[in-house]
Order: sequence, then C-alpha cells, then structure tokens
Amino acid sequence: MGFWEIFGVWLAALLTLGIISFLYRDNAFYKACEAIFVGISAGYWAITYFWDNLYRKFYLQVSDPAGTEKYVPWIGFVLGILMLTRLFKKIGWLSRWPLAFIIGATAGLYMMTYFVSNAMVQISASILPVFEGSFGDIITNLLVSGGTFCGLVYFFFSKEHKGVFGGAARVGIWVLMLTFGASFGYTVMSRMSLMLGRLDFLFGDWLKLIK
Amino acid sequence: MRSRRPPIAAFVPSLFILNLIPFIFLTAVAQSDLGTGESTAMVSPEPPTGVIALDHVYDCGEMIDISWTLSAADTAGGPVTGYEIFRAEADSFVSVSVLPLGTNTYSDEKIIAGTPYRYRVAALYTGGAVLSEITSPVSAGTEIINWNLLNLFVIGLFVCGAVIYYITHAKRGKKLFIRKIAGLEAIDEAIGRATEMGRPILFVPGINDMDDVQTIAGITILGKVAQVVAAYDIKINMPVSRSLVMTTARETIKEAYIGAGRPDAYNDDMVRYVTDEQFGYVAAVDGVMVREKPATCFYLGAFFAESLILAETGNSIGAIQIAGTAQPAQLPFFVAACDYTLIGEELFAASAYLSNEPKQLGSLKGQDVGKFVAMAAIIIGVIAATLAEFGAGSFFVELNDIMHKLFTVEN
Repeated sequence: MGFWEIFGVWLAALLTLGIISFLYRDNAFYKACEAIFVGISAGYWAITYFWDNLYRKFYLQVSDPAGTEKYVPWIGFVLGILMLTRLFKKIGWLSRWPLAFIIGATAGLYMMTYFVSNAMVQISASILPVFEGSFGDIITNLLVSGGTFCGLVYFFFSKEHKGVFGGAARVGIWVLMLTFGASFGYTVMSRMSLMLGRLDFLFGDWLKLIK
Repeated sequence: MRSRRPPIAAFVPSLFILNLIPFIFLTAVAQSDLGTGESTAMVSPEPPTGVIALDHVYDCGEMIDISWTLSAADTAGGPVTGYEIFRAEADSFVSVSVLPLGTNTYSDEKIIAGTPYRYRVAALYTGGAVLSEITSPVSAGTEIINWNLLNLFVIGLFVCGAVIYYITHAKRGKKLFIRKIAGLEAIDEAIGRATEMGRPILFVPGINDMDDVQTIAGITILGKVAQVVAAYDIKINMPVSRSLVMTTARETIKEAYIGAGRPDAYNDDMVRYVTDEQFGYVAAVDGVMVREKPATCFYLGAFFAESLILAETGNSIGAIQIAGTAQPAQLPFFVAACDYTLIGEELFAASAYLSNEPKQLGSLKGQDVGKFVAMAAIIIGVIAATLAEFGAGSFFVELNDIMHKLFTVEN
C-alpha cells in the first residue's frame, strides 16, 4: 500500500471511531467528525448540483444548436432566479411562485401514481376466494383480504371506533403491528450487516487482525 | 449349361447394408454437428408465419408492435437460432433487431410517427436465414384518450366528486365529524411541556425534498405547531437537509408568526440548512439534540435508515417524541421508540384535523368515501370470488371478473 492509501485507511478508521464514540456521550472527537462530515458533504452536494443542474441540464441543453427542447430549461432557470429574490425584501414575495409551482406540480403528478399503487392495485390483490386451496392458502387469503379490510377500517376517520366497527379497527391495528414487527426484525438484520461491514473494515483493512 | 445365379434372396442382406451406408453417414454428420456446433450440410427451416405489424395503442405514435407465429423448426435442439426483424420505409429492408429463440413479439421504437413501414421477420439458422412474408404498411399514430384507464378515470372522478361535495358542504357551515387521532391530540401537550420546561422544540421534516407528499404533509403540520410556538414564545429549531424545504419551512413559520401577531419574533435562523447527505444530516441533528436538549421532538415526513438513530437519541435525552411517516419500513422504529406515531394515512389526515378548515376537512371526508368504496369492493369481491370457486353460478363468476377488471389498471 502506498502512503496515500494508508493515510486514507487511517483517516476513515479514525472518523468511524469518532462517530461511534457518540454511543458513549457527546465529545470533542465526535464534534470534530460531525463538522468534517457536514462540511465536506455540503460542499460535495453544492458542486454536484452545480454540474448536474446548471451545467448539464441547463447550459448544455440551451447551448445545443440541434436541441429540440432547448427552451424548456429556461422555465426552470427563471423559477430558480425567482427563488433568489428572497434575498431582496421588496421583491421577496416572488420566491413563493416557484414554491407554489413545485408543490402544485408534485401533488398533481403523484396523485394518480399513489392512487394506482396504494389503492387500485391493493384492492385488486385483496379480492381473493377465501376458502380455496390448502389450509395454508386459506389462512393466507383470509389474512390478505381480512387484513386489508380491517386496515382500511382503522384509517376511516369519519366514524368513531366503537362497537363492531371499533373491533374491526382493533384487528386492523393488530395486523399493522404484526407487519411492523416482522419488518422491524428484517430491517435490524440488514442494519447488522452494515455494522459488520464497518467492523470488518476496522479489524481487517485497518488493524489487519482478520483476513 | 445353365449358369448358376444366386437367388434374389441372397442379395437382400447386401442391399440392406448398402442402403444403410448413407443413413449411417448422415447420422454421424448430424452427431458431429451437435458436438461441435459447426455447420456442414443443412436444410432451410420453415420461416415464421402470420407476421402482423400494428400501431401500439394508447401512445403518442412512438411504437409499432410486431408479432408472428414461431417457425415450425423453433424447437429445442432444432436448427433455428433466433429471429431478425427487418423494416422498410421504401423498398429496401434494414435490420432493426435480433431476438433470441422462442420470441414472437417485438416493439419497434426507432420510428417516426406517421411514416408507413413494412416489416418482415427472418428465422435465423446456422446456414443463413429464411424470410417471412412482408406485412402491409403500418404507421404509428397518437391516441388522445387511453380507454384502458377508463376505470381509473371513473373511480377518480367519483372520489374527486365526493371531495368537492364535502368541501362545499363544509363551506356552508355544516359540521363534519372527524374522529380523534391520538398523535395529534398529543401535539398541544408536547408543546405545553416545552413551555413549562423552557426548552426548545425540534422539528425534523424528513430527508426528502418538496416533491415528496410526506414532506408537504410534515410542513403543513409545522404551520399549526408554529402557531402555538409563536403564541407561547417557545424556541423552535428546525435543521433541514434540502434547500427548498428550508425556504418553504421559513415561509410557513413566518406566516404563523404573522398570524399570531408577533412578526418581530420571527427569525430566519429557526430553520437552517445542514447538508443533503443523509448521515451527515443525522450526525448534525443528533449533535443538536444532545447539546440543546429539546423538550419535544417532531419527526414528520419521509424517513429512511436515520429514523431509529434520531428516535433513539431523542429518547436518550428524555424528549416527548411525535413521529409520522408513510414509509412502511421506518414505521416500526418510530412505533418502538416514540411516544406517538402517525401511521401513514394519519400523517396526511393530520393537517386537515389540525387546521379545521372547510377545504381540508371536506377533502378528508371525500377520501373517506374512497375508502368506503374500497371496503365495499373488497367485501363484494371476496364473496363473489369465494362463491364462484364453489360453483354457485355464472353470476358470481362474472361478478368476480367485473370486480377484478374494475380495479386492474392497464397502461
């Protein structure tokens, strides 16, 4: 390994230990690592956005003589300039226009996507014959159809959760909690693999205690 | 003297052996071909038949679909190795794609809308290619209405109609009932605790930008929180990871302070940008938590792997924590580590519940109509599917089909 490679491994190891030291308590070592992490990443993203948006998506497109949509990036450019009007008190109100554009366009664009993926597909997948197939199939179909129905009851806000309706809502929250439990275990295991990766780096690449 | 000619029967074995020689030779060649993959002698396989080229439906003239019946020789170990698609704008055909064995459809996207094209498909084999018949000219056109999405349009129209109806209803001053949502009831309690303790409130709007509906929902709740914060003169601290979220949050808090009659108390530093980097942001927020020790932490928006890190740190400093997200993988962590959690739809319902505005309340009631339709559809569909399975009659089979078609979206 060359000098810079060894330097890189040491730096990464010390920064890793610095961040992990937060588990003990807040300390100067953690503060230094935090400042380095935040500062470098903020600078990195500023440069990335500049080249990705201002240069590639705007400058290259508008300066391309053969570009068929060379006027479209100007819309984004003007909206971006309007955002900067916040710096001037008298015309600062203009910065609300791009915000309104982004929020309105987002809501409109995603409405159908959400409606299809979260409603239509879910309903279609829940319409199942509940007493068909093996015992396992029956349980699965009952859980899918019944669980979706009771989940919907839980998220119904126009009626108080009382009586039979309240019972169904309680089943719905039980189904949600069971799902969360399974998801919790699954995600913790994936986090464990991330931790093992860091330990592998510390004890392998840095300390050379494991190969 | 009569010559002694052997009887005919004596020739039979010899003729049989002679006839076998070419057969043995051809078999050996064939076996040699299979082993080496090299061609020696080969008979042309049958060409693909029934080639049809049609304009792709419900697009903007971007595609032509070609389909054909596989060559009869397209079998395992057969001579066909694949298919080649040829397209002609005028007389000469050019190759547009080569496809693997067993493929009988292709969508040509390298076309110009309105230009007529003819196609032919070649079955490729080691010795060459056999061409199909040429199709009739076809050109790609634009269809303004996608009739495949008619069901989506009808259901969407129904739900939107319900939303408009309830908004009008609420605007006329009619009371709309919305049940209590536990997490939201706790907001006032949590802010009150911060006031009593004289400690700040931390508001984390997630790590996604303003193009995520969860961030928008989080910012809407921020408006309500900021009103109370302004009224009680509590410090609010909001580190953000996106510049647009920073601008929107500043606008929201500023408006709340103006609404509370205290515009002078507003300060831009209440909301500050940290970094776009996920874990850099988390490291900074954790630092803020342990140093400023906020009495209340709100996590409302889109969260990913940082959810548990934030919630555990908040827990370690003894803060009341209210979280809300629609990220299914992160909800378990918030449920485990926070005092109150707004689960999925509750996050979106929260803004309506808190604002008590006719528009938002009407919108929430309209969505409930949509949920009622979904619940009814599941009950009817499940009964129909189950009875159809038990052979209760063709009515239930048809009803089952209708229910599936009604909620299946084809593009």
